[in-house]
Amino acid sequence: MYRYDEFDTDFVSARVEQFTDQVRRRLAGDLDEEQFKPLRLMNGVYLQLHAYMLRVAIPYGTLNGAQMRKLAYVARTYDRGYGHFTTRQNIQFNWPRLKDIPAILEELATVEMHAIQTSGNCIRNVTADHFSGAAADEILDPRPYAEILRQWSSLHPEFSFLPRKFKIAVTGAPHDRAAVQVHDIGLQAKRDADGNVGFTVFVGGGLGRTPMIARKVRDFLPEEDLLAYCEAILRVYNRYGRRDNKYKARIKILVHETGVDTLKADIEREFEEIRHGVLRLPQDEIDRITDYFAPPPFDAGADDGSLDRATAADPALAAFVERNLHAHKAPGYASVTISLKPIGKAPGDATADQMDAVAALAERFGHDEIRVSHEQNLVLPHVRKADVPAIFEGLKAAGLAEANAGLVTDIIACPGMDFCALATARSIPVAQRISERFGTPERQRDIGDLKIKISGCINACGHHHVGHIGILGVEKKGEEYYQITLGGSGDENSSIGEIIGRGFSYDDVVDAVETLVDTYIGLRETPQEDFLAAYRRVGDAPFKEALYGTA
Amino acid sequence: MAAQLYKDGGFVADDWRHLGDDEPLPEAGAVILPLARFLENVATAPASLKLAVLLRAADDPDALAPHLSRLELIAVDFAKFSDGRGYSTARLLCRRHGFDGELRAVGDVLLDQIPLMRRCGFTAFEIVHAPTRRALEAGHNVEVPLYLQPAERAGERPAGARAWARRPAASPV
Ligand code: HEM
Ligand code: SF4
Repeated sequence: MYRYDEFDTDFVSARVEQFTDQVRRRLAGDLDEEQFKPLRLMNGVYLQLHAYMLRVAIPYGTLNGAQMRKLAYVARTYDRGYGHFTTRQNIQFNWPRLKDIPAILEELATVEMHAIQTSGNCIRNVTADHFSGAAADEILDPRPYAEILRQWSSLHPEFSFLPRKFKIAVTGAPHDRAAVQVHDIGLQAKRDADGNVGFTVFVGGGLGRTPMIARKVRDFLPEEDLLAYCEAILRVYNRYGRRDNKYKARIKILVHETGVDTLKADIEREFEEIRHGVLRLPQDEIDRITDYFAPPPFDAGADDGSLDRATAADPALAAFVERNLHAHKAPGYASVTISLKPIGKAPGDATADQMDAVAALAERFGHDEIRVSHEQNLVLPHVRKADVPAIFEGLKAAGLAEANAGLVTDIIACPGMDFCALATARSIPVAQRISERFGTPERQRDIGDLKIKISGCINACGHHHVGHIGILGVEKKGEEYYQITLGGSGDENSSIGEIIGRGFSYDDVVDAVETLVDTYIGLRETPQEDFLAAYRRVGDAPFKEALYGTA
Repeated sequence: MAAQLYKDGGFVADDWRHLGDDEPLPEAGAVILPLARFLENVATAPASLKLAVLLRAADDPDALAPHLSRLELIAVDFAKFSDGRGYSTARLLCRRHGFDGELRAVGDVLLDQIPLMRRCGFTAFEIVHAPTRRALEAGHNVEVPLYLQPAERAGERPAGARAWARRPAASPV
């Protein structure tokens, strides 16, 4: 993985000093809250319902054991003993005190971590496929490009006061696990017939109150043009994005209102002006960054058949292997998903002890690599199949062995009313209740792949628009109400879910989800036809009828 | 009133003044005009009167292209510090149009944004925010002096192997 050189180390320390000084000037009254707000946001400090929140960047979701241990240390020392992994591959601490934040940032800097640009109207943490560098279907590892983008976008002097936040995601596999089409810029890395690297470029995706799938603006952007092209997009957005209404300020609205062809012409014109300039990426520089992400030395004897023997003897292990292992490009290896969705718990939360346990497993069995997925789980990307039984035992001891990756209980939920000042309804307790309802292993496995995503208000932090079943909590006459959407998806065939009908009360929403699931089970052609495929085949009529009766 | 213009490391007297919308054009002196009024008058102003231009956030710097070689000063307005369009305006003036006169940030110009403005090519700042003024007078530096992208400030040097990393000029510019 990427390691800081002296320059990066100095950069992050200078940034901590700068923020320490900003906090001091805020406390002294030299900065008012309005002036301080963008500064603290650019360092990941939010003001929440009960307290400040600190969002720490985990660039493209990659970290090592020492970094995970440091997060555990921060959780223990400055928070209430846990942290919350987010859908943008970051971690949030919900209870730090403002005066402690400079000290936390100093701690993080010792393991090459920071909170820069995890929030605010700037270019946010760049996200990538959580199986990058490991997945069998990968064409190339997108992380070197994510790292290059991370560097270029850090404290960018021109793009620190954009109309609104700006999110970039990169994937290097045909199956998109990074949801690139719902990002402001989505990049799909690929190779042309001659083996040259380039990107399909999507612009203007986003969720929030106006969900939109991004539009393709380039089929194959050569890698050397990556920064110049992104700078061109950002400059057009910075100059022309709406600033009169924060709900219309994302680039998706600019794409929509200007028209993709006109906007694309603007971007191309800007790009022509700068493409031969200083931002053109030299090949040796790409190679140098790529070297950091070289795969670990894989062991040829990684699969000695012992995993097959162990699964034959242990049904729980067999279930774990079936759901939580992902195909790896190296023979005998697999990627292990560590579910942060134990039945009935808050999705994405991990205690300090669990973080330490994962760090230890990564160091012992996983080439010291950990990933955070946008589904709010953790991943050990490179493990020998022969080590899976031991990893499974270690995860069991830490309470992290739930065999539910991709299943109905692997729910994404935003913080909702429990933590968030903007919430109109609870989301975590709804997730917990659904998880309990479907929690038995047999039932989950029978249902198969199903993504449920829950947001506690229209801002859509829980990605409900791209859930196969999406749940949006709203408020109606002082009561929580839950609107259900069906058919959303955030992969290479992205779609925005459709509202199925009137909403359900907090008490009834879990029954409604169960009705939908049972309806699907009744109409699927084979057990292999998953919920989304069945929905796409039959449409919403049978689901409507099951929920509301025939109109 | 004390000088508001911060330039070359100190507060200095300003030879220019912003002309009010209802003030008639004087016969002589040096005034800063909003873009439309500047364009109306640039061809006919007497030789004794120097004109500079104030670009607001939505103004297109391309409109100044024919006049740039004769302009000594362009002011860019930050009506609200959170409106970042002026940063792009500045870079376009410097890079695209090669403007090398005084590029001045005016309006809601605050201490923490000045380092970013400098990197986008601003060389002068009109300061009204009292804590910012105090901090500048005290020489308080809030900059992260390592950069991860090339920009417009004169004298920045490449740093290390990375094509896009920069450090400030050896002596502050
Ligand atoms: C509790 C504090 C939080 C607040 C106040 C908050 C606020 C918001 C707001 C206002 C938006 C809409 C932005 C827009 O459309 O321009 C948004 C979107 C979003 N937030 Fe949050 N959020 C919070 C926590 C989270 C958490 C914990 C996550 C991850 C689990 C998250 C992930 C997202 C994502 C992915 C979006 C969608 C952005 C898009 O439209 O593409 N947020 N948030
Ligand atoms: S979706 Fe709404 S309730 Fe949930 S975290 Fe985002 S802003 Fe808060």
